[in-house]
Amino acid sequence: MLQGWVIVAASFAYLGLLFGVAYFADKRAVAGRSVIASPYVYSLSLAVYATAWTFYGSVGRAAHDGVGFLPIYIGPTLMIALWWLVMRKIVRISKANRITSLADFVASRYGKSALLGGAVTVIAVIGIVPYISLQLKAVSNSFTLLLQYPAVSAPGDPAAVPVLQDNALWVALTLAAFTIAFGTRRLSVAERHEGMVAAIAVESLVKLLAFVAVGAWVTFGIYDGFGDVFARAAADAKLSPMLSPLEGVAGGYSSWAWLTILSMLAIMFLPRQFQVAVIENVDERHLGKAMWLFPLYMLAINVFVLPLAFGGRLHFPGGAVDPDSFVLTLPMFEKQEALALLVFIGGLSAATGMVIVETIALSTMVCNDLAMPVLLRLSSLRLGERRDLTGLLLGIRRGAIVLIVLLGFLYFRLAGEAYALVSIGLISFAAVAQFAPPVLGGIFWRRGTRRGAFWGLLAGFLVWLYTLLLPALERSGWLPIGLLEHGPFGLEALKPLQLFGVAGLDQTTHAMIWSMLANVGVYVFVSLLDTPSAEEHAQATLFVDVFRREGEGTVLWRGTASVRDLHEVLARFVGVAAADAAFREHAAAKGETWPGPGLAADAEFVHFVERVLAGAIGAASARIMVAKVAKEEALSLEEMRRILDEASQVVIYSHRLEQKSHELEATSAELRAANERLKELDRLKDDFITTVTHELRTPLTSIRAFSEILREDPRIEVAQRRKFVDIIARETERLTRLINQVLDLSKIESGRVDWQLERIDLKQAAADTLAAMSQLFKEKGIQADLRAPERVPPVRADPDRIVQVLLNLLANAAKFCQPGRGRIEVGLSSAGDYVRVDVRDNGPGLSPAEQSVIFDKFRQGGDTLTAKPQGTGLGLYISRHIIEHFGGRLWVESRLGAGACFSFTLPVERAAAAA
Amino acid sequence: MAKKVLIVDDEANIVAALEYLLQRSGYEVRSAANGEDGLREMERFAPDLVLLDVMMPQLSGFDVCQRIRERPQWQGVKIVILSAMGRDADVSKGLSLGADAYVTKPFSNAELVARIDALLAGGGAPRTA
Repeated sequence: MLQGWVIVAASFAYLGLLFGVAYFADKRAVAGRSVIASPYVYSLSLAVYATAWTFYGSVGRAAHDGVGFLPIYIGPTLMIALWWLVMRKIVRISKANRITSLADFVASRYGKSALLGGAVTVIAVIGIVPYISLQLKAVSNSFTLLLQYPAVSAPGDPAAVPVLQDNALWVALTLAAFTIAFGTRRLSVAERHEGMVAAIAVESLVKLLAFVAVGAWVTFGIYDGFGDVFARAAADAKLSPMLSPLEGVAGGYSSWAWLTILSMLAIMFLPRQFQVAVIENVDERHLGKAMWLFPLYMLAINVFVLPLAFGGRLHFPGGAVDPDSFVLTLPMFEKQEALALLVFIGGLSAATGMVIVETIALSTMVCNDLAMPVLLRLSSLRLGERRDLTGLLLGIRRGAIVLIVLLGFLYFRLAGEAYALVSIGLISFAAVAQFAPPVLGGIFWRRGTRRGAFWGLLAGFLVWLYTLLLPALERSGWLPIGLLEHGPFGLEALKPLQLFGVAGLDQTTHAMIWSMLANVGVYVFVSLLDTPSAEEHAQATLFVDVFRREGEGTVLWRGTASVRDLHEVLARFVGVAAADAAFREHAAAKGETWPGPGLAADAEFVHFVERVLAGAIGAASARIMVAKVAKEEALSLEEMRRILDEASQVVIYSHRLEQKSHELEATSAELRAANERLKELDRLKDDFITTVTHELRTPLTSIRAFSEILREDPRIEVAQRRKFVDIIARETERLTRLINQVLDLSKIESGRVDWQLERIDLKQAAADTLAAMSQLFKEKGIQADLRAPERVPPVRADPDRIVQVLLNLLANAAKFCQPGRGRIEVGLSSAGDYVRVDVRDNGPGLSPAEQSVIFDKFRQGGDTLTAKPQGTGLGLYISRHIIEHFGGRLWVESRLGAGACFSFTLPVERAAAAA
Repeated sequence: MAKKVLIVDDEANIVAALEYLLQRSGYEVRSAANGEDGLREMERFAPDLVLLDVMMPQLSGFDVCQRIRERPQWQGVKIVILSAMGRDADVSKGLSLGADAYVTKPFSNAELVARIDALLAGGGAPRTA
């Protein structure tokens, strides 16, 4: 049994939780550690698009039209794909101009026009009121339904309930209170609400969770999966037509197309979407992730719509239960108490999220673009002279919030019952779609003018009023003037639902076609006839070319002002502390201090103050306020144009400069690298010469010493004399060998080797080389073996060079073998197109470090200072060059203490390989 | 009593030449093929002069020179570095480590013997290369 107080307590607990999240996020934002600076939070906040309308109404519509509910979600999915082009530009413009709302955006674009901002605000408020009433209706209905748990019945007519007993009123007041708490606790300069965004992100998760839970429960709990639900629906005579895509939609294809377009525009221009997508955007790059995360969310929340709709129709065949409540009545009917409560919370979540963001956005518009310009112009109020207006600003916003929510309640009382949830939502969609021509035209079409935008908006709005709102009011019995039946004054051609005799369209499509035609037509036509003012022209250029103008934008102002006056104006609206902070920041950027004498009230500074002020009270009001303290000289259109051209020239030049300096940096980096390489080469050359010199001097020392001994002392015994002469001869050979190798090396390195090419039998060559070294092996007590298959394919190379390599490898092996117990094994094998030769010894082996340097010049492993070279240190280096020259590879495999194996491969002679 | 000279060099042929040369000049000569052996021989043989090669396995001649100079009882031992490395930097490094003379290879027999004679006779021979 669900008591009323349980539901109310759960609702307040949930709202309290949201408030806690918001409070925490605000705290973090103040501490500089934003929790919403994430593309995921951003994408979730965009899902404020899914309101109670989605939560309850999608299923309601699907229960009538089958897949007819889908265009509302296909539209945003299509639109978001274009966001990189469109939304990124709007975000960039808004950040550069400190835009505070959709109305501010339009006003700012068309020459900071207070009139236009006001018009947008009025249209938005009137257009959105039905939408807010829809949320109230959903929450109130679901509450009434849940109260009767476990009985399932249709709610009664709200008009029959006295106003004070209507729980929709209490819902409305509660939501207004929460919105005030969320959105207007303090006045921010940038009009951003981190706490609200965080709460909205949580709210999006909760409603998704609740909807998926009930969807999954119906699909898999009551039925046996998607297949089962659809099979049963197909078997039902009334439901089966809904399974074919376009059957159930009134107006067919054109209706689908228009609904899709409508929701494409709604995702951009609903005030709450503009608020979360543009004003609350932290980082442009988040758009990139949102482009696929948001459609994913749309998909997730729509997967279970059809099963729920069919489930509802199958459960309540009589039509006694409103399809808009299936989401709630299904779990109630099945006695799923907890699930029903979760669904209620999900729906509440969807409704509160919408109401909070929408009314905050609207209240900002009402305050900045409607109330302030009017109040500032009323000189009798002497508002321009009051010291602190922050309290007034907050008061206006709070009042606006309460007013808007109460208007929603009023609409709910008046017209709520005549329409299904979805139809009410579409009325609002069509209203905000009117903003598309001035906004999209404004960012892509330089010629669009203030008058064009204003008259276009007005025309579109009037058509909307006439074809959508009026019929809605008449249908609910409040304007019984017979307009729908007979047209005004009996003029059939002007019947609101069949304008100029166009029939056969559903109401929304009909209204969209006519209002868009009027709006776009007037906008383009008037703009083309119009000559824009200089200010308009400047703003148009700044908006359209936002990506070409980096930074803060061009300053278009000339006149005189005092720094003190500017500070005073700013302080009045944002508070002294915030004004000081802004001035300090600006001063620091110019290398000055605040307060200080260096700060000049030049054009740039005035512009800066205006922008900061615009962040608090909107562009149009800021313009008025700054104009009061700064004496402006009018700029002619020609001058304006010149400044803009100069500015773009400067941008082009600075781009070029930047490019050049990048090039210079790159070049100097290259030069540095080349210099380093040269130094390194120089060092290598020095090392080389030092090493060669050392290697030459060592044998020379012995030779000189012994020859001097022999020369000076003729009495030396014959035996000793012979020994000395032997040494001289051996050292001379060593010297010769070294010189030959150095010459070899220089030839190889300069590529001047005279390579011979002959067919070589490697088995024969290895045997010959082993034989030539047998004397040395015998002396050192080394046993050397040759292991080779019967026949080894011939290779083609320089025989002398290959023998040189073999000699070198064998000499190395002999050098490192254990004295007296040495073993050397030469192995030949052929694998594929290569012959492989391995020379294996049982010496001490090589460490990995040694293996990596052993093929370098004059390196024999270890430090050259302490590791006495027992050869020239060039053998392996030259050998590797030789082998690689003939297309082979020379490498070593070894483990410390386990001997070493030097191997090389040579390609088999091609003729032989073919044979 | 004949003065004692220790030769530390890993080139067998050079050691052979030096042994012959110095014995002929009347010195008592012993040799070691690397730095470690050289230091051991210092203890046992207690030479008056050491002829030190620089490039040797394990301990270099410079290292050996330094170790000798660290030991108080060997302060009086003369050290002649005999190296194929003849750059100014090498010479000054050897002398700064406490060598009494630095002779580059290849050397003149007569000159080397004269140097050694001078060092062992007066002890105040010039410390130049």
